[in-house]
Amino acid sequence: MAKNNETKSKAENKEDEAKYPNIPGQPPDESTATLLRELVAHLRQKRSELREEWANRIQEAELLTAMTKEEILAEATSVYDNYVEALETGTYEALQSYARNLSERIIPRGVETHEVIGIVLLLRDVLARSLFAKYRDNFSKLNRILDAYEPAANRIANTVSVGFVQERERVIREQQEAIRELSTPVLQVRERLLILPIIGIIDSKRAQQLTEQLLQGIRKNRAKVVVIDITGVAAMDEKVANHIVQTVDAARLLGAGVIVTGLSTEIAQTLVTIGVDLTKIITVGDLQGGIEEAERKLGYQVQQVDPTKS
Amino acid sequence: MRVPILQQGGYLIASVQSSLSDEELLQLRDDLVARVSTVRARGVVIDVTVLDVMDSFATRILRDIAQMIKLRGAPTVVVGIQPEVALAMVQLGLSLGNLETALDLEEGLTLLGEHTKAD
Amino acid sequence: MKNKFESKKPESRSRWKNFPIKSDKDLVEIRAYGRKLAREIGFNSNDQTLIATALSEVCRNIIEYAGTGKIIIETAQGSSRGISITAHDHGPGIKDIEKALEEGFSTGRGMGIGLPGCRRIMDQFQINSQAGKGTVVSMHKWVDKNGY
Repeated sequence: MAKNNETKSKAENKEDEAKYPNIPGQPPDESTATLLRELVAHLRQKRSELREEWANRIQEAELLTAMTKEEILAEATSVYDNYVEALETGTYEALQSYARNLSERIIPRGVETHEVIGIVLLLRDVLARSLFAKYRDNFSKLNRILDAYEPAANRIANTVSVGFVQERERVIREQQEAIRELSTPVLQVRERLLILPIIGIIDSKRAQQLTEQLLQGIRKNRAKVVVIDITGVAAMDEKVANHIVQTVDAARLLGAGVIVTGLSTEIAQTLVTIGVDLTKIITVGDLQGGIEEAERKLGYQVQQVDPTKS
Repeated sequence: MRVPILQQGGYLIASVQSSLSDEELLQLRDDLVARVSTVRARGVVIDVTVLDVMDSFATRILRDIAQMIKLRGAPTVVVGIQPEVALAMVQLGLSLGNLETALDLEEGLTLLGEHTKAD
Repeated sequence: MKNKFESKKPESRSRWKNFPIKSDKDLVEIRAYGRKLAREIGFNSNDQTLIATALSEVCRNIIEYAGTGKIIIETAQGSSRGISITAHDHGPGIKDIEKALEEGFSTGRGMGIGLPGCRRIMDQFQINSQAGKGTVVSMHKWVDKNGY
């Protein structure tokens, strides 16, 4: 087959060069648009055959293993149609939004970036093979068709892959955000009393977020007293300590008193050494003591219950 | 625009309606101090819910107002400071000192009630 | 969701506005404008408030010490979005800038926290002053300084 094509190509190329000596391979009466139209007509005509072949190749290559054959075929049909439409119109918005929509659906099912790039490249290959088959007897024409097809196909592959990666990044960002929020839960233990247990490492970004969440929480729950428990805080530097002092002050401006509990000896020493002024902050040894103190402030009666008797 | 001052029970309520120029803020100070004397108010609530900025001048005037009114024997409570405003104030290093604050008007009145009951 | 990327695309052109400062009434307007601009280029509500407050402080400084002056607000778009504020006056100038930036130091009616406070909440802060000629305070804040 290769030999056959080669001999043909030589003959045809000579003919072309004779006909269009100035612009080889670019006959003026056969623009890229015309070629793409012809290409699109071919792809429409072969629609069911090609997309089925594509779906089969996807399965053979063990891509999209998280999806059933029916699902793959259904998506393949949509991608195919969007693909042909992008070739026809030269606009990529519809394809782009479809790619994003598709990504949104398949990302939670664990589809990876290499799979998405893989299937787009497979489609490109399936279509290119079909073009070879159609124009095998007219190699010069095949060259021109491919010249028109390649840039468009590359752009499509690019659009779909980038769409997927962007969607994935968005999901990751959302998850990071969710983790950050989870890591600083504002809990309401009883009416007008909030607890903010801080666990792990606090950086400036997290400290900022923590303060914003607490202030919103105070307003939402109409809290009068807040217990910030820092038992789980591994280390604290001056910046973070000052942030906690600021949080206490800001909470006070909203009318809520703050009690800090769980200040370890090490952290307390560090804070004194670096000169953070904690004198205006009420501190209580542990969370239990802090809640009791908070309840006293709220006017609740606190009773000692002997656990052995209950 | 002059800040309206309402009287409710023994209390005066000044509720700020829009962003204030310095002049309007000083006017509020003078009005409040004068009214506290004439009606012998037992307490004052200043509602700043609509303020989206509290800078050093506003902070100082609020402190001044509270001090002057205290000399007349009445406590002042500032209510309605927005979370972002509170955060900006502490980040800027502004403090209301010993001035009392509450979440909103209702809380502020409750707080004044507790104070005057204790007296 | 479909328009997420389009809607996040920042405007490519920068904007700037020159505010002549004549009296304390200008404070209200310039704060509102600064906040609106900060919101439009993507600052969160906390940063919008910080920027409006910083504007208020530099504006107040002009009125207090020089009487009149101007404030130029500029936005930077593109990869590093942010806001630039420059306050000019032809007042007496600041004799001792170090001292002026000490917290609690004030020769006026503020709390002596204005300029040092601004320095703390902005990402960049600079004062140039010449006795008898005037003062220029310039400060910047970026949207994504603490971002991802």
